[in-house]
Amino acid sequence: MTGYTFAEKALARAGGVSSARAGDILDAQPDLVFSHDNSAAIRRIFEKSGASRFARPERVAITLDHAVPAPTTQHAQNHAEIREWVRQQGIGHFFEVGRGICHQVLSEEALILPGETIFGADSHTTHFGWLGAFGMGVGRTELAALWATGELWLRVPESMRVTLTGRLQPGVTIKDVSLRILGDLSVQGGRYRSVEFTGDLLPTLTADQRPVLPNMMAEFGAMNAYLPPDQVVFDYLEARRTRDYTPLYPDADAVYEEVYSLNVSRLEPQVALPHQPDNVVPLSQALGQPVQQAFIGTCTNGRLEDLQAAAEVLRGRRVSCRLLVIPASASVLLEAARGGVLAALIEAGATIGTPGCGPCMGNHMGVPAPNEATISSANRNFRGRMGTADAPVYLASPYVVAASAIYGCIADPREFLS
Amino acid sequence: MITQHRVWVYGDNVNTDQIFPGKYTYTLKTPDDIAAHALEDLDPAFAGGVQPGDVVAAGFNWGCGSSREQGVTALKYAGVSIIIAASFGGLYFRNCINQGVLPIVCPELAALARTGDSIRIHHEARRLLVGERVFEIPPLSPSAQAILDGGGLLPMLQRRFAGEVVE
Ligand code: SF4
Repeated sequence: MTGYTFAEKALARAGGVSSARAGDILDAQPDLVFSHDNSAAIRRIFEKSGASRFARPERVAITLDHAVPAPTTQHAQNHAEIREWVRQQGIGHFFEVGRGICHQVLSEEALILPGETIFGADSHTTHFGWLGAFGMGVGRTELAALWATGELWLRVPESMRVTLTGRLQPGVTIKDVSLRILGDLSVQGGRYRSVEFTGDLLPTLTADQRPVLPNMMAEFGAMNAYLPPDQVVFDYLEARRTRDYTPLYPDADAVYEEVYSLNVSRLEPQVALPHQPDNVVPLSQALGQPVQQAFIGTCTNGRLEDLQAAAEVLRGRRVSCRLLVIPASASVLLEAARGGVLAALIEAGATIGTPGCGPCMGNHMGVPAPNEATISSANRNFRGRMGTADAPVYLASPYVVAASAIYGCIADPREFLS
Repeated sequence: MITQHRVWVYGDNVNTDQIFPGKYTYTLKTPDDIAAHALEDLDPAFAGGVQPGDVVAAGFNWGCGSSREQGVTALKYAGVSIIIAASFGGLYFRNCINQGVLPIVCPELAALARTGDSIRIHHEARRLLVGERVFEIPPLSPSAQAILDGGGLLPMLQRRFAGEVVE
């Protein structure tokens, strides 16, 4: 008998069965479920279901992050309905406006741990693979069902193994690796499978860098993505966690439907051109494209090291287009303020926004005018994503976004790095 | 039973932002309002022209991107209860089942049909009839079929919490 993939092990655990194989259908009881500004809509579905109380309120988290502080009366009303619901249901973990983006906040709070399972009403729930957890996005009705019953049916996915080897050159980041994978294998490449990473690049990545990879795998069409947790993750969690955990690792002889390898040693920075995250070219082919706005933030690249990378490029220089910097959480904002990173960015001409999603999905704070181009450190550049249909969005690393802000066109950060 | 449907044909990799723009997700609530913005950035003619019973015929990876359920409900509220695609984004496929909208995988249809064409579906025989061509409709997994037969996930929950046993 062959060994098990991470997904097979994690879902056997979540399903309360001794073992599971790809193709099995089971009822999974996740360790945590979460939603965000969409919680009021989920509440309305829940109220129609006939259920009255949450099955496991202590396993539920809600963050207000997608349109914060509320930009319109309607958004404020939406938040008010959520706060009322949190009180009524005794929801275990609630994070107010300004605390930060769901994926970042739940990681910082160590509400999900290696080997555990988390379902979120958000496609980028694959993010939690950085902790060695099984993270899967679900729809609003599914989340209402999870509130009501604590469980959800699913089919154990087939798996794909991605091996990353080599060392990144200065100015090249894990964002560039993620974009290259999308460029090589397309937005359909994941085919709703478990994408399980391995290879000697992974241990070199810091806790701030790791989430980029599984986060971007949502664009790949993955059901979940997984990085094997190691000492970097254990150290990150040690001071934060309130319960024990057992990490899960795929067996050496686990069966993978597809394998893909990438040696990153000669990779240069990458850029996703409009309007799809797999429309990826090496930076050298995108240089000079004019941009009117640059945005550093989001669950993908809004952490402290991302802001530090931008500051490294921008310190002592001035931007020549609008630069918006939105830390992924209040903790990131605080650290950036303490360490002088924020000052360097503001002196360079950046505008700093409230921790949250900001303009990532077009709700507010940085919506482009028609025909204005944005270069963004986010994960998704679909047409209209930032709120305006005819406004092209380029995706890149914080280094590239910062360098582009200096010139007002897509630029190479490496000339600014010592 | 054989039903006849007018098709709206779209290409590959149409994402949920194109099916229902993210900027509306926290403010539009009523089915009519949501349906009015269906496919707004992809096909401005759709929301005004769609009729109950119409179906969408799309290329590969229809509904990739976000977990946004309005990607399905915007079409459902507009009267579309069957979506045919060469393949579906994984989350989108689940959302179809949960909303009681039938997802049919047919790799050929989008390349074959033009918007405005008619197709027929032979439900019992699980066949898609396009002119002279006949395509098999692949079976769903038993749990997905059960939810679809039950009208979607919400009606299933309603029966469960009304005391009925739902397996
Ligand atoms: S930052 Fe963007 S991608 Fe991340 S959770 Fe917010 S809206 Fe989604």
